[in-house]
Amino acid sequence: MTTGTHSGEPAARTLLDRIWDDHVIRRFDDGTDLLHVDRHLVHEMTSHRAFEGLRRRAIGVHSPALTFAVVDHIVATSPNRTESTNPAGLPFIQMWRRNCAEFGIVHFDIDDRRQGIVHVVGPELGIDLPGCTLVCGDSHTATNGGLGALAWGIGSSEVEHVLATQTIRQRKPKQIRIRFEGELAAGVSAKDMILYVIGQLGTAAGQGHMAEYAGPAISRLSIDERLTICNMSIELGARAGLIAPDDATVAYLSGREFAPTGAAWDAAVKYWRTLRTDDEAQFDREAAIDCDKIAPQVTWGTSPQDVIAVDEPVPRPSDASDPVRRAAMERALSYVGLVPGEALLGKEIDYAFIGSCTNGRLSDLAAAAAVARGRRVPPGVRALVVPGSTQVRQAAIAAGLDKIFIDAGFEWRTAGCSMCVAGNGDFVPPQKRCIATSNRNFEGRQGPGSRTHLASPASVAAAAVSGRIVDVRTMLQG
Amino acid sequence: MEKFETLTGIAAALPQENINTDAIIPVRWIVNYGQDLGKGLFGGWRYDLAGKENPEFILNRPPFRDAKILLAGRNFGCGSSREEAVWALLGFGIRCVIAPSFGDIFFENSFKNSLLPVVMDAKDIAVLAQDPKFLADRALSVDLRLRRVSVPNGAVSAAFSIAEERRAALLSGLDHIGSTLTHAAEIAAFQAKDRSRRPWIYRSNPTRTG
Repeated sequence: MTTGTHSGEPAARTLLDRIWDDHVIRRFDDGTDLLHVDRHLVHEMTSHRAFEGLRRRAIGVHSPALTFAVVDHIVATSPNRTESTNPAGLPFIQMWRRNCAEFGIVHFDIDDRRQGIVHVVGPELGIDLPGCTLVCGDSHTATNGGLGALAWGIGSSEVEHVLATQTIRQRKPKQIRIRFEGELAAGVSAKDMILYVIGQLGTAAGQGHMAEYAGPAISRLSIDERLTICNMSIELGARAGLIAPDDATVAYLSGREFAPTGAAWDAAVKYWRTLRTDDEAQFDREAAIDCDKIAPQVTWGTSPQDVIAVDEPVPRPSDASDPVRRAAMERALSYVGLVPGEALLGKEIDYAFIGSCTNGRLSDLAAAAAVARGRRVPPGVRALVVPGSTQVRQAAIAAGLDKIFIDAGFEWRTAGCSMCVAGNGDFVPPQKRCIATSNRNFEGRQGPGSRTHLASPASVAAAAVSGRIVDVRTMLQG
Repeated sequence: MEKFETLTGIAAALPQENINTDAIIPVRWIVNYGQDLGKGLFGGWRYDLAGKENPEFILNRPPFRDAKILLAGRNFGCGSSREEAVWALLGFGIRCVIAPSFGDIFFENSFKNSLLPVVMDAKDIAVLAQDPKFLADRALSVDLRLRRVSVPNGAVSAAFSIAEERRAALLSGLDHIGSTLTHAAEIAAFQAKDRSRRPWIYRSNPTRTG
C-alpha cells in the first residue's frame, strides 16, 4: 500500500506522492490536506455561479495570474460564427467575458487566436506544466496529466473555492497503475488503448483513485496521444490520470507561450526530471495491458465500457450473469438500436464527428485526413471536423488538411466542444446514428435520442467515407 | 451552506447502475439560462421528445412526485462534473441519494450543497426497499446524527458510514470557503516560499499580447 500522506516520508514514492507532497499547505487532523492549486482553468459553462459567489462575499480572485479562461462549451463552430450565432450561448459568453475582465483574468475570447477547448489550449499554450496541480470545472481536466500534471475536474462550488483561495481541500486518492506492454498494430491508436482499458476494467474501476499510465507502450506515445489516454481517465471512474514527464514532454513544452523561459525554464526542467515513480513504490491496484491484443475499438452501448473490437459481434445480454448488468445491456441495445449478436461492421451511420478534447488535436486530424484523402463522404451522411483549438485549426490549414476534408465532403468548422457536449447548437437528431471521436456515448449526450459510437479519429474517418462502420485496417495503404 | 441533520420523505427507486450526470440533467436545461433546473431533472426520461411527461417514469407518478430521497444503483452521478446535477436534484426536492457507490465529482459536489450521498451496500438497500411498511408508505427516514436510514414506524433500519469531516460539515452547515480563508496567512506563506522554490509556476506579467 502506498499511503504516506500522514505517516511520514515513505521510502519509495509514486509520481502522485511526489506532486502531492510538494503542494501540501496544511495537513488536517481529519486526514484531508489543503493543496495549493498552481493552475486554474475556467470556462463559460460552469463558472458564472462561482463568480456570483465571489461577488456575494465581496472578495476577489486570490491569484488571478494563476487563472486562465477560455470560451469553448457553448460557442458555435460554424465558419463565420459570432458570439450570438448560438443564441443560447450568448448570456454565458457575455457573463464569462464580464467576469474575467472584472476579476483580472487572462481570457481567450471567441476571436482570439488562442481560443479553443480548455484541455487542448492548456497544453498547447504551456499553461499546463509537469508536476503542477491543475483544476478546472470540467471532468476531462485529467487530459493534462499527459504532461505529468496532477489535474482533475471539479464542480462549480470548488471552482469558487479555488478562485477565492487558490487551494483545494482533498483527501489523497488511492492509486492504480496501468502498465501497457507490447506494440500497437497499424490502424490502432491511443484512443483504442484507452477504450480497451475501460472495456476491460469497467467505468467504475478508478473510483476514488488516481490512475498512472506507464510501461514501454506509453513511453513511445507522442504528447498528443498521452493527452488522449489521460483524457478518458474519468470514463474509467478516476478523477485524474498521470504519465511521468520525459524528454518528449520537455521538447513539447519548449517555446510554448506560457511555458517558463531562461533560468526559470532550466530550473523547471531540472525539477521535472525528478518526477517519476520509484521502482519499489507500491500501488493500491495494478493492471497490465498487452497492446498486441488491441484492435480498433468501437462502443456498442450507452457507457464507454460498452466497447468491443470493431470486428466482434454485439454482446448478448443473456450471457450476463448479473441481472442488473443484463438489464443495463438490454436497455442500452434498445436505445442504440442494435440486436444482440449482430455485427457492428456494416452498420450504416448518419453522422460522423471528429473533434473534442479527446481527439481534437493536430495529430488526430492528420490521422483522420490520411484515411479521408481521396475518398468521399456519401450522400445522406453528415461529417463534421471541429478542431480542438483555433491554433490546431490554423496548423491544420497550413498542412493542407482542411482541403483534404473539404474535398472529401466533410464540414470544416471552427474550434469548440461542439457535438461532444451538444450544448452549442451542434447535435445529433433523435434516432440518428453518429460515430464520434469524443468521450461519452451516454443516452442523449449528443442530443435527445441520439445514438453514439465512440471510436478513434481514423476509425471515424473510415466510417464517414464509407457511410457505415468499417474496420479501418482494411483501408490503410501499403 | 444549509444544515443537514435528518430527513424524512418519499423515496423513489431508480435501480440502474451508472446513472450519469447527463441523465440527471441533460445539457439543454443547463444552457437555457435562468431555467429551473428541477424541471429538467432526468429530463430525457421524464419527458418525451415533444416535451410531454412520460407517465411511466417514476418521478411522474404519485407519491414519487414528492420524493425527497432517491435509491439508485452503483456509480450514481458518474460522468461530467456539472454541479447542475446536484442543483437539479435539489430543485426537484431530493436531498438524499442512497446508492452502493457514487461518481467522485458528483459525490464531492453533493457535500458542497447539503445533498447527502449515502453509500450503502446493495443488500442493505434491498432490505429497506423490500420492507412491507416501506412498500406501503414509500417513506424513509435518514438520520445523519446517528448515521442510520430507517423505515418510519417500521422495524427495519440500516447503518451507513461517512467521513467524519463530511458529517460534521453537513451537521453544522459549514461555509467551506470561509473555513479555508481562516488559513489565509498559511496560504500566503506557502506561496511566498514556493515562489523561490518553483519560480516557473508564478507569472509576474498577467498578460502577454497576442
